Amino acid sequence: MDEEYDVIVLGTGLKECILSGLLSVDGLKVLHMDRNDYYGGESTSLNLIQLWKKFRGDNKPPPHLGSSKDYNIDMNPKFIMANGMLVRVLIHTDVTKYLYFKAVDGSYVFNKGKVHKVPSNDMEALKSPLMGIFEKRRARKFFIYVQDYNESDPKTHDGMDLTRVTTKELIAKFGLDDNTVDFIGHALALHRDDRYLSEPALDTVKRMKLYAESLARFQGGSPYIYPLYGLGELPQAFARLSAVYGGTYMLNKPECKVEFDDQGKVVGVTSEGETAKCKKVVCDPSYLPGKVRKVGKVARAIAIMSHPIPNTNDSQSVQVILPQKQLGRKSDMYLFCCSYSHNVCPKGKFIAFVSTEAETDQPAIELKPGIDLLGPVDEIFFDMYDRYEPVNEPGLDNCFISTSYDATTHFESTVVDVLNMYTLITGKVLDLSVDLSAASAAEE
Amino acid sequence: MATIGHNNLNAKLVLLGDMGAGKSSLVLRFVKGQFLEFQESTIGAAFFSQTLAVNDATVKFEIWDTAGQERYHSLAPMYYRGAAAAIIVYDITSSDSFSRAKKWVQELQKQVFERNMNLSNTRIGGGWGVEFKEARVYAEENGLFFMETSAKSAANVNDVFYEIAKRLPRAQPAQNPTGMVLVDRPAEGSRAASCCS
Repeated sequence: MDEEYDVIVLGTGLKECILSGLLSVDGLKVLHMDRNDYYGGESTSLNLIQLWKKFRGDNKPPPHLGSSKDYNIDMNPKFIMANGMLVRVLIHTDVTKYLYFKAVDGSYVFNKGKVHKVPSNDMEALKSPLMGIFEKRRARKFFIYVQDYNESDPKTHDGMDLTRVTTKELIAKFGLDDNTVDFIGHALALHRDDRYLSEPALDTVKRMKLYAESLARFQGGSPYIYPLYGLGELPQAFARLSAVYGGTYMLNKPECKVEFDDQGKVVGVTSEGETAKCKKVVCDPSYLPGKVRKVGKVARAIAIMSHPIPNTNDSQSVQVILPQKQLGRKSDMYLFCCSYSHNVCPKGKFIAFVSTEAETDQPAIELKPGIDLLGPVDEIFFDMYDRYEPVNEPGLDNCFISTSYDATTHFESTVVDVLNMYTLITGKVLDLSVDLSAASAAEE
Repeated sequence: MATIGHNNLNAKLVLLGDMGAGKSSLVLRFVKGQFLEFQESTIGAAFFSQTLAVNDATVKFEIWDTAGQERYHSLAPMYYRGAAAAIIVYDITSSDSFSRAKKWVQELQKQVFERNMNLSNTRIGGGWGVEFKEARVYAEENGLFFMETSAKSAANVNDVFYEIAKRLPRAQPAQNPTGMVLVDRPAEGSRAASCCS
């Protein structure tokens, strides 16, 4: 390890692994280390024994749950928008060839104490019990406007400049009631709070279009896809990409201390008495705790169940959004459920998660409205973790620190952070329209 | 694992063994008929594929190389996932590399046991000369198939793959999920579906 690298990456979370892969493909000499003896960091998937070790302090899960190895329980559950940015990154880097995906069965929303399927287009709007007969027609008109909207074709704009008109004003034009606005904003546009109402409507319209296009892509009951064997496969796949392009991998490296020169610039990383030199360091917040600040915390419940989430049409995999307003909260809560159909647990079992941006220190109480929707559970665990963001100036110290994973239900904000970091590190903008598969020279 | 369709099998095959043992040389000889005296460490090759005809079927091997991740024992579990066979390679001129090959066998057994994997066959490939008898005895004791090869002279290289192809189970029970591989296609109602496991 006494060599010089262009970049040393610390932590094998998804963000760090995507960056490691992209930088290796760019021809940079990359050393990638993790203090853990497994891949994935905060975005790993645990088997049952690992889960019991983490939350119960022993390694004896009850035998009736089945074999430990049949479980892949995400520590950071999220779904992938089928037409979203992570899919584009996967295709761009050709990492898709290491992974298998399946569509997620259902997308639901909590409204007035009940769980409803999310209507995503004009046809579904007409059938949805979420709205009354007149409201349905108004909603249908709005869906058609969004479907036809094309940023570069003013004829589709209906005389409105969506970079100026706020979402509230746009919605007022269609006369939708607050109830409809709530599920459109939170379950279709996937906003986490109500700030979007006073922001330019373009963002919301684009998010609704992403939802509809994602839904159309794989003809599942939701706009989401999810990898077989859990999300822990994603960092491993990008790590392999990095290794295939020459990246060096070391797990189980204690300490990983970042070393600086007199001017505060990175010079290397020390582990077990050896220092590897480098020009730049890329890491998650846990490796440079002095250069980050706490910005919030995530509360999460993890449940092992023997039935699907009630009222979701027996979906083997499903998302349910509980908009903040329905719960009297400042941020949304969401349920995430996966099962044997995605190889994350044995047949007959279901893994459900309830997550939110924490507003209290008592996850069990705070998450109750979501947990109540699960029905009886075999086992339940509560987790709470702080979220950090970097406060350093990468131009001065050459440290590029990722932001902690947020409580969003999907990966769009994750990829935005990665692409911004990539630009900061390399000075280049990643062109996702380029297909890298041709670059794999030694392949068949 | 091996998947079957009209007498065509797709089988993921993984290479194990220490750095410099000759994993890539073995595959390059098999896939491209090449041998380089000073083969550089593998860069840019994610996997190779090669199709073999055996008695009743054609077998398409998808061969995964370690991409150097074996060097510091950082092979990801996904590497082993869904493999129908593994070739463990050691260098006959190095008894060290043979003892480490045994460690790879243990690692493989551990992965198959702990992870959600269904490795039905394990193969051990090796060379002649040093430890030949010892290696064969070890292979027999552990239920491994053993063969001596030389990437340089091409001796037994095709044979080792052919023997593996013959031993792949023909009728695997249908594995649960068949996922899809993502491909770049326009969004309009396309369905990307391919077979896995």
